[in-house]
Amino acid sequence: MKRFLWPLAIFVLLVGFLAVGLRRDPREVPSPLIGKAAPAFDLPVLEQPGKRFSPADMRGKVWLLNVWASWCESCRDEHPLLVELSRKGTLPILGLNYKDKPEDARLWLTRFGDPYQLSVADADGRIGIDYGVYGVPETYLIDAQGVIRYKRIGVITPALLQEKILPLAATLKK
Amino acid sequence: MIPELGQFALLLALALALVQGTLPIVGAARRQPALTALARPAAQGQFVFVAFAFGCLAWSFYANDFSVLNVASNSNSRLPTAYRVAATWGSHEGSLLLWVLMLTVWMVAVSAFSGGLPEDMVARILGVMGLVSVGFLSFLLFTSNPFERLLPAAMDGRDLNPLLQDPGMVFHPPMLYMGYVGFSVAFAFAIAALLDGRLDASWARWSRPWTTAAWIFLTLGIALGSFWAYYELGWGGWWFWDPVENASFMPWLAGTALIHSLAVTEKRGAFKSWTVLLAILAFSLSLLGTFLVRSGVLTSVHAFATDPRRGVFILAFLALVIGGSLALYAWRAGKVAPGARFELLSRESMLLANSVLLLVACGAVMIGTLYPLFLDALNLGKISVGPPYFESVFAPLMAPAILLAGLGPLVAWRRGDGAQAARRLRWAAIAALLAALFLPLAFGRWALLTSIGLLLGCWILFSSLSALVLRTRTASRSSMAFFGMVLAHAGIGVFVLAVTLVKSYEAERDVRLAPGQSAELGGYAFRFEGVRDVTGPNYVAARGTVAVSKDGAAVARLAPEKRIYHVQKNPMTEAAIDYGAARHLYVSLGDDVGGGAWTLRIQVKPFIGWIWGGCLLMALGGLLAASDRRYRTHARSNTLAPEATTVRGSAA
Repeated sequence: MKRFLWPLAIFVLLVGFLAVGLRRDPREVPSPLIGKAAPAFDLPVLEQPGKRFSPADMRGKVWLLNVWASWCESCRDEHPLLVELSRKGTLPILGLNYKDKPEDARLWLTRFGDPYQLSVADADGRIGIDYGVYGVPETYLIDAQGVIRYKRIGVITPALLQEKILPLAATLKK
Repeated sequence: MIPELGQFALLLALALALVQGTLPIVGAARRQPALTALARPAAQGQFVFVAFAFGCLAWSFYANDFSVLNVASNSNSRLPTAYRVAATWGSHEGSLLLWVLMLTVWMVAVSAFSGGLPEDMVARILGVMGLVSVGFLSFLLFTSNPFERLLPAAMDGRDLNPLLQDPGMVFHPPMLYMGYVGFSVAFAFAIAALLDGRLDASWARWSRPWTTAAWIFLTLGIALGSFWAYYELGWGGWWFWDPVENASFMPWLAGTALIHSLAVTEKRGAFKSWTVLLAILAFSLSLLGTFLVRSGVLTSVHAFATDPRRGVFILAFLALVIGGSLALYAWRAGKVAPGARFELLSRESMLLANSVLLLVACGAVMIGTLYPLFLDALNLGKISVGPPYFESVFAPLMAPAILLAGLGPLVAWRRGDGAQAARRLRWAAIAALLAALFLPLAFGRWALLTSIGLLLGCWILFSSLSALVLRTRTASRSSMAFFGMVLAHAGIGVFVLAVTLVKSYEAERDVRLAPGQSAELGGYAFRFEGVRDVTGPNYVAARGTVAVSKDGAAVARLAPEKRIYHVQKNPMTEAAIDYGAARHLYVSLGDDVGGGAWTLRIQVKPFIGWIWGGCLLMALGGLLAASDRRYRTHARSNTLAPEATTVRGSAA
């Protein structure tokens, strides 16, 4: 008798999980990279193609890596906020120009303003794969040791910046 | 007017389902023939009303009645007629109606072909199916009404998802659902037997053809879906371990285990409680699949309906049906008499081991599918499990199952003779080993995994052949069931070989070509001749032309397209494929990179067609097995001798 109860017991457990799962939003996907070192890369700088940049150059600083592209409509919505943030100069922003044509990207920056300390060109999106880029825009907060502390998929809102990103950056700087 | 009639028909069907789900079961328990006799007419009436409702919905789609929300959301006046009709089941609501329609089709089939069964058994079986139908009809009517009106009516519809505008999509869901829902028959048989306490060889014999029939549909449905993904999604993959694919694959694995376990229960009276559990599981997994797809609990390409109310309803229904039947199982299965004894080396133990392996594989797929959900529920973060997990877990579980499948048919029931089995199988084993060692060299590259895959594929193919030769030499007359088994096993062999060859020797290249330029791949030259604009009925497309040649001789002209559908505006890649028995050439159009040049993805896929060929062989094998004379003669002899039926009925 007892062994015939096992299937029922397993099923009850399963239903419990499914019930909890129902109340979750499957679209809210945090990155498995949080708490891990930012994947290394070595890419040409968009503004000066002769120069190269790698995340190791930012060691000792807390910074934002913003994934953007000129073809990305929602990047344009996010852009003024980034420009404003860069004016304050509290948090350096670096751009990862994702699957874009350099001439389009440069034109876009002259038209809408350049909040980036520099942008690197990930023309074929290979670095995007390392970072698990899900959709553009995406933003990563990286600490002084080069560890990813926060990831946002989609547009950064002013509220998110004030309540989450800037406080977190401030604690990381200490 | 017509949508209202459809809705009214659904309400009547629900009323009949309530009658069917209660009175016949009560009647069977109290031995009141007046109540048990209600089962058949209630089932048939329900079919009529559901079919009528389905017809009403199909008509609304056909007639472009955009005052029906469902039509306005999933169709468009410029959609070709065939797809307008197929759009009936393209939406969440419509596909559930199709689900119920299939359920009533199976109920009518049971009511028509159950002449040989005791009346109280039929009453219980149809009663259980009626209860399932109550659940789905109320789900349909109370959370997902397909006939909901849209006032004021829309001028035109939002169009069917372009991915679904394809002949494969016209046939894939009905096939798949026939299979899914078909397991409800095996499930109802098992529950009826548990209620009755009569779990014997004849119960297994009755269940077998029904289970096999459902399995055939499911096999074909999955194969069609996989083929559709292959040519329509434009990536050249044929199985993605997507949650929805897994949702259909899990019942298939459990159903396959069930078919084999039923064989033992029928022939030897063994594994009764195991077989009943498998029957419950196969259908439960079908329900779980429906839950996963329809509740939006997992993200997937397919999960287009996300409404928490629906999720809660399905979950409650799931808990009731599966929880109830597992509780019944826990209560009654202990009372089943143990079956006949058998030795370790016997066909019984091989079949048992195989069904356990299949179920474990099914569990592994389920864990992979639900793992992200478990982690999330426990607040351990969100992850997604990809093909690497499934491939590394699934293949090692299937390898021993395939070895056993080759061995089983040549080992005797009850007590096998090891030396005899070895003698019978030595040629198959030697041939498979030789093929595994040397065949890769013919393809130019030897790798261990390739060799193992070929070994497994050839092993089951050759051992099935040995079984066939042995049987035709020794037995005077063989049953269709035997030929069916051999054919289905050969289908597995073909499938395994094809998968191995595709995985090992496929080649692909992403190239950027200007008109007139060529790219080489796998000995073929792909010459890009440029792109021109074409206009379809409800889309515009850029159509490229690629001329393929081998050693200077023309092989094929391929026309991959990139379509923009007028209404939904999303670009769709239509890959062009040259089908050949030994390889497919697969070209898909990437992006316009300026100056007439485009990026193209070209692929050469050796023997990939045989993946689906193998599935077709399996389904054909199932068809042969289900058409075995003994199921029919059994039924006929019982209808000719009603007194025998009553004796059996009252003896229990």
